[in-house]
Amino acid sequence: MEYLPNIIFAVALIAGIGFFVRNVKKLTRNIKLGRDVDVSDNKAQRWKNMAKIALGQTKMVVRPIAGIMHVIVYVGFIIINIEVLEIILDGLFGTHRLFSPLGPVYDLLIGSFEILALLVIVAVVVFWIRRNIIRIQRFIKPEMKGWPKTDGNMILYIEFVLMVLFLTMNAADFQLQQLGAEHYKQAGAFPVSQFIVPLLDGLSESSLILVERTAWWLHILGILAFLNYLYYSKHLHILLAFPNTYYGKIKPQGQFNNLESVTKEVKLMMDPDADPYAAPAEDSTAEPEKFGASDVMDLNWVQLLNAYTCTECGRCTAECPANQTGKKLSPRKIMMDTRDRLEEVGKIMDANKGEFFSDGKQLLNDYITPEELWACTTCNACVQACPVSIDPLSIIVEMRRYLVMEQSAAPTELNNMMSNIENNGAPWPYNQMDRLNWVNE
Amino acid sequence: MSEQLKVKTMQEFMAEGKQPEILFWVGSAGSFDDRAKKISRAFVKLLNKADVDFAVLGTEESSTGDVAKRAGNEFLFQMQAMMNIEVLNGYEIKRIVTCDPHSFNTLKNEYPSLGGNYDVVHHTQYLKELIDNGRLTITGDGYKGKRITFHDPCYLGRANSVFDAPRELLAKTNAELVEMKRHKKTALCCGAGGAQMFKEPEKGDMDVNVLRTKGALETNPNIIATGCPYCNTMMTDGIKAHEKEDSVTVLDVAEVLANSQGL
Repeated sequence: MEYLPNIIFAVALIAGIGFFVRNVKKLTRNIKLGRDVDVSDNKAQRWKNMAKIALGQTKMVVRPIAGIMHVIVYVGFIIINIEVLEIILDGLFGTHRLFSPLGPVYDLLIGSFEILALLVIVAVVVFWIRRNIIRIQRFIKPEMKGWPKTDGNMILYIEFVLMVLFLTMNAADFQLQQLGAEHYKQAGAFPVSQFIVPLLDGLSESSLILVERTAWWLHILGILAFLNYLYYSKHLHILLAFPNTYYGKIKPQGQFNNLESVTKEVKLMMDPDADPYAAPAEDSTAEPEKFGASDVMDLNWVQLLNAYTCTECGRCTAECPANQTGKKLSPRKIMMDTRDRLEEVGKIMDANKGEFFSDGKQLLNDYITPEELWACTTCNACVQACPVSIDPLSIIVEMRRYLVMEQSAAPTELNNMMSNIENNGAPWPYNQMDRLNWVNE
Repeated sequence: MSEQLKVKTMQEFMAEGKQPEILFWVGSAGSFDDRAKKISRAFVKLLNKADVDFAVLGTEESSTGDVAKRAGNEFLFQMQAMMNIEVLNGYEIKRIVTCDPHSFNTLKNEYPSLGGNYDVVHHTQYLKELIDNGRLTITGDGYKGKRITFHDPCYLGRANSVFDAPRELLAKTNAELVEMKRHKKTALCCGAGGAQMFKEPEKGDMDVNVLRTKGALETNPNIIATGCPYCNTMMTDGIKAHEKEDSVTVLDVAEVLANSQGL
């Protein structure tokens, strides 16, 4: 019976991590549903981007209040993992404050964790106020109703509770240390939790132990639960921001890719020696490639990774000229829709032993309407605004390509413009022979 | 007819067995749009003043296909691109200058993988180069005391990180430069990009160009300068929407420079 807590702990740990690994596998499978894209170039630049944008948070601080608060929560998250490591080892081996022999270093560590925990609590409260009381514009857009709103708040509640548990645990521990309770050796500095101690006044040693153990268990179980909540939440960005910034666009923002499948056909069309009656190419049994995207499988895997990385902060939408002038387009919604649809496709595959059967739905129309797509000015403001290198514009362009090349469904005026280019080499109905008239006007 | 411009075509250069220093890619707007034609003329006046040996393609030029590409018509884009590349490569063009950021972006970034490799610069970059090399001198205080705000074209600024050249040129006229709240990387679009120029906007509360012009007017300018024919149209319409056409003028950077020299 002596080892029961250790065993329970080990089981919880394995279950927590096991479930997480299972979800990560599902995540990888879903992302790999996307088309392949070569992102093996410019490794040095990519590492630099990741270091600067994800690790260094350079694009977060563009908006200083949210940025600095975010840096606090982020640093708190990273540093507190050292504490979590101690908790895990203590839990497995039945030790208490295993790292305490570090002496003054340990005091410094625990002390700084406490201060960070307090700062995180402050930041989380500020975030909550911004979302729920000040109701900052970008948090109350139409796409932020229901689950996205709940999810945003839920994360704040969990972080708040985890930090309070951490400080309560320390306060009880500190009190036990002063009472000279067995097992609770003198260790650590408690610059914040010492102020909680008076609340525990008058509790017996056994009650204090109960408080300390309860807080300890809830804290670590909470962390394991939070780890598994990630997959179901926009909070996945804490992991995916890193690969996402690594694989993010490194070309000039204005440069769109040239579709290779189109290049092949255009070359054939323009080749005067091509035999129009020639037998189709050798791999004619292969399904002809679709131009553009109507569903998530037509997008490339970096675009799908983008969708899972999006944390719905709405900075893209706040900067979008179409959205600012009341049009339906919201780049954030494009990303959320892509993720929702991808999750739906994943669920169909789960239900069918990994195979996908059409459910009669697709990303286009069922999630994203042509009206949204045609409102985009391709100005790249959304791409510029994203703190984690997401490119909503590339998805919009792929879907326009599908509308135009597969469905001939461009707005009439654009069809006129395009036939002018075809016939006159200009988007207006002027004669190419008049191209030099401006010189003499 | 106004003052005679010296403009030679590639064909003429070819006939003389010579190569020009640069090719001026006029673009569809610069060739056909009445307002944008004035920008082409202003730029050529500066080229003439600096005695630059430049050529245009004239009737051999065709749409870059940029707008078709942004609209999603990759087929049409690549057909245009390949036809243009054939012409450009046929003349062994090395360096291209254009007043249209959309042509600039696509020639510079999207033509190479289709076989068109050129050194492409925007006219503001090229004019700055001429001044730095001492070939073009900007003198006088014609714009002293005037407030100019520069509207960054998305495809020049954010898309290709050209922010300084147009500003440095405007500073040469001794005008007072004022920045809008949203400028450089966070500039607001004029509303014409992504093929919007050629269609009615989707339903909303306001048109993008009206919002952008509002931002420009907040700086209390005499002149809104820009470096794109489409931005020019959108901002001019915006000025009209705000009923400021009597007090505020929209000019291309090349026009500001040419005017300042009485060209």
